[in-house]
Amino acid sequence: MFQVRRSPKVYDVVVVGSGAGGGTVAHVLTAMGIEVALLEAGPMLNPARDFKEHMWPYQVDHRGAGEGGAWYFGRQQWGYFNAPNGYWEIEGEPYTTAPDTSFRWFRSRILGGRTNHYGRISLRFADYDFKPYSTDGLGTDWPITYEELAPYYDKAEAFIGVTGTKEGIRSAPDGVFQPPPPPRVHEILVKKACDKLGIPCIPARMAILTRPLHGRVACHYCGQCGRGCITASNYSSSQVQIFPALKTGKLTLITEAMVRELIADSEARVTAVSYIDKRSRSERQIRCRTVVLAASACESARILLNSRSPRFPNGLANSSGLVGRFLTDTVGFSLTGHIPALEGLPRHDCDGFGGMHMYIPWWLWDKKNKEFPRGYHIEIGGGFGMPGIGSFHGACRRHEGYGRALKEAIRREYGSFVHLAGRGEMIPNEYTYCEIDPNVVDRWGIPVLRFHFRWSEHELKMVEHMRQTFTEIIETMGGKVVNADRGISTGGTIIHELGTIRMGDDPKSSALNRYCQAHDVKNLFVADAAPFVSNPDKNPTLTINALAWRTAEYLAEELRKGNV
Amino acid sequence: MSEDFSRRQMLQQAAFGAFAGVLSAEAAQHVHHAVAQEKRAAGGPYKPKYFNAHEWRTLVRLTDLIIPSDEHSPGAVAAGAPEFIDLLCSQNAQLAAIYTGGLAWLDREAVRRHGKQFADATPEQQTALLDLIAYRKNHSPELGPGIRFFEWARKMTVDAYYTSKVGIADLGYKGNVGMTEFKIPDEAIRYALKRSPFGAD
Repeated sequence: MFQVRRSPKVYDVVVVGSGAGGGTVAHVLTAMGIEVALLEAGPMLNPARDFKEHMWPYQVDHRGAGEGGAWYFGRQQWGYFNAPNGYWEIEGEPYTTAPDTSFRWFRSRILGGRTNHYGRISLRFADYDFKPYSTDGLGTDWPITYEELAPYYDKAEAFIGVTGTKEGIRSAPDGVFQPPPPPRVHEILVKKACDKLGIPCIPARMAILTRPLHGRVACHYCGQCGRGCITASNYSSSQVQIFPALKTGKLTLITEAMVRELIADSEARVTAVSYIDKRSRSERQIRCRTVVLAASACESARILLNSRSPRFPNGLANSSGLVGRFLTDTVGFSLTGHIPALEGLPRHDCDGFGGMHMYIPWWLWDKKNKEFPRGYHIEIGGGFGMPGIGSFHGACRRHEGYGRALKEAIRREYGSFVHLAGRGEMIPNEYTYCEIDPNVVDRWGIPVLRFHFRWSEHELKMVEHMRQTFTEIIETMGGKVVNADRGISTGGTIIHELGTIRMGDDPKSSALNRYCQAHDVKNLFVADAAPFVSNPDKNPTLTINALAWRTAEYLAEELRKGNV
Repeated sequence: MSEDFSRRQMLQQAAFGAFAGVLSAEAAQHVHHAVAQEKRAAGGPYKPKYFNAHEWRTLVRLTDLIIPSDEHSPGAVAAGAPEFIDLLCSQNAQLAAIYTGGLAWLDREAVRRHGKQFADATPEQQTALLDLIAYRKNHSPELGPGIRFFEWARKMTVDAYYTSKVGIADLGYKGNVGMTEFKIPDEAIRYALKRSPFGAD
């Protein structure tokens, strides 16, 4: 008879996924002396080998366009110099979309997941973000309040290091901050424009060190956070949480482990995690006392939906039938302005952080009768970036021509653009969810996800408000919008997908309780963004860190009490 | 320009000095490897990987016209734009077809108008033809293929140029060196404010 290879050892906690959620859980639990096994679907990360920080484009013969100029044909999935951490399309690991649906799913397959490259924007949710239904009658309230999560925001910020200033703005609660770097020239102009328009513009909250912390050195301001930081001066779960956790001797890391399903017994307890060892293409099982899913919102939902048995025909922890539902992404919209005041700006090094030094938090939270519910924040880009493939395609399109005139125009305009990117709240709707595609499996034999996605009027109206506001800011700076034809982002492309295994007090309307523990399966927890009840206009990573921290402490206490 | 460049090199050395304490041996090895690759790419007369001798001569002339050298800086040929295009075409049949087709179109058009292939035409004849295909507004069934090809040649020449050492120096990009404390020169702030609607403080 066929026998699956099972680990002889029963781990106290098996964590699936090594991103912001899995990294935080592994860090918190191993620091308490609890034995953790961490499964990662991709390979080990080796920053010295994998990161292309400080490389010039001319140091590779294709200059970053990829072999055969893949970039020009839309076949390069992520910037060549970016941290090697993920893809929109993975060979042999497809997903499908329903007819008439546009949705793209970014997956990461390496230790640290998307935290190796992400924007490091670290924003707390506001108090009202936990009460969306009470505020405007749409969506659902969270089972927890800001006050309940605040101590964990404190812990997460103090540990990973976040810059910022105390501002007392309700939409952007203050935290435990390191001092921010000063603004760049274009950010000073945006701030002046905002002052005139009555819009706040404040130092950005970024998970980047300006002061040494826990043995990590401060930022060296090369502007290349997205390539991965060799000095770990920005937060990534791989370098900041998992490498140190490995040194405790309490963490067993298993890479190339693609989880297929959770094995549950008749008592509705998970006894083992079944995964495919990608190297040998064979199934293994790792036995566990408890399991924490942190594979990313959609991947975690996929695992639960694929964990079917006669006892759980709809998948594990899914008696509500809601796993995969309430999927949202962030509303994305951006405009670029040409600012004549910046033309001919004396050249200087403004690399700074990889990303903005200033940002615009939402400012109309108490305005009644807006054209749309909820809000957005604005991210600011600009400056003298390191030139790369595509940097001047806009100039080619606008100026056309060739020769000295084109060369002079590019030189004159270099550094004179400001990019404003809106990041807004999408409200869950019944047309947006993921489910198992009944017809398709991936190369490991695991049934894949099928996505349904639709923006509603709320999001489309919000984007029109962004368009007006960004145009106003750019024109107040004396500039002109150069790409007015932009529209709302494609679902999934802001890479803030979440909400698929949501928490709540009522097992009929949620899959997890207020501690992100499954209502149906007491030794099952979720620690990525799947438990989120709403998708406020704040990038989710810091809240993943905080919520995972809280979940890990609760899990440790339940283990100690013998409740799980 | 040369003053800027040497200043940057100095900063770069200083920066690498600063990083020395924190770069692992393996990371240092990685940097050395990248630099070695770059050195291998230089030196010796270039043998096209994909284009025949005539196509190569035409491509070199075309990229030279798109980004010429001027009193500020060398142009696209010095920046290795023809080599960049040749390399990618040697790896990608779809891209190669765009270039061989486009270069042949240029030749046929030059012969039709001036009785000479593009590379052999006078500079005036060459720019007269480019002046037609360098603008979308000139689109016609006759010029359509030329306009589409020129968009490819222009954007890839521009990419190659501004990702090269000479192109980066032309722009005056001063970064990728690292700083211990982030600072913006007051002079730059004053310059922008004075020119902005907000005025200098």
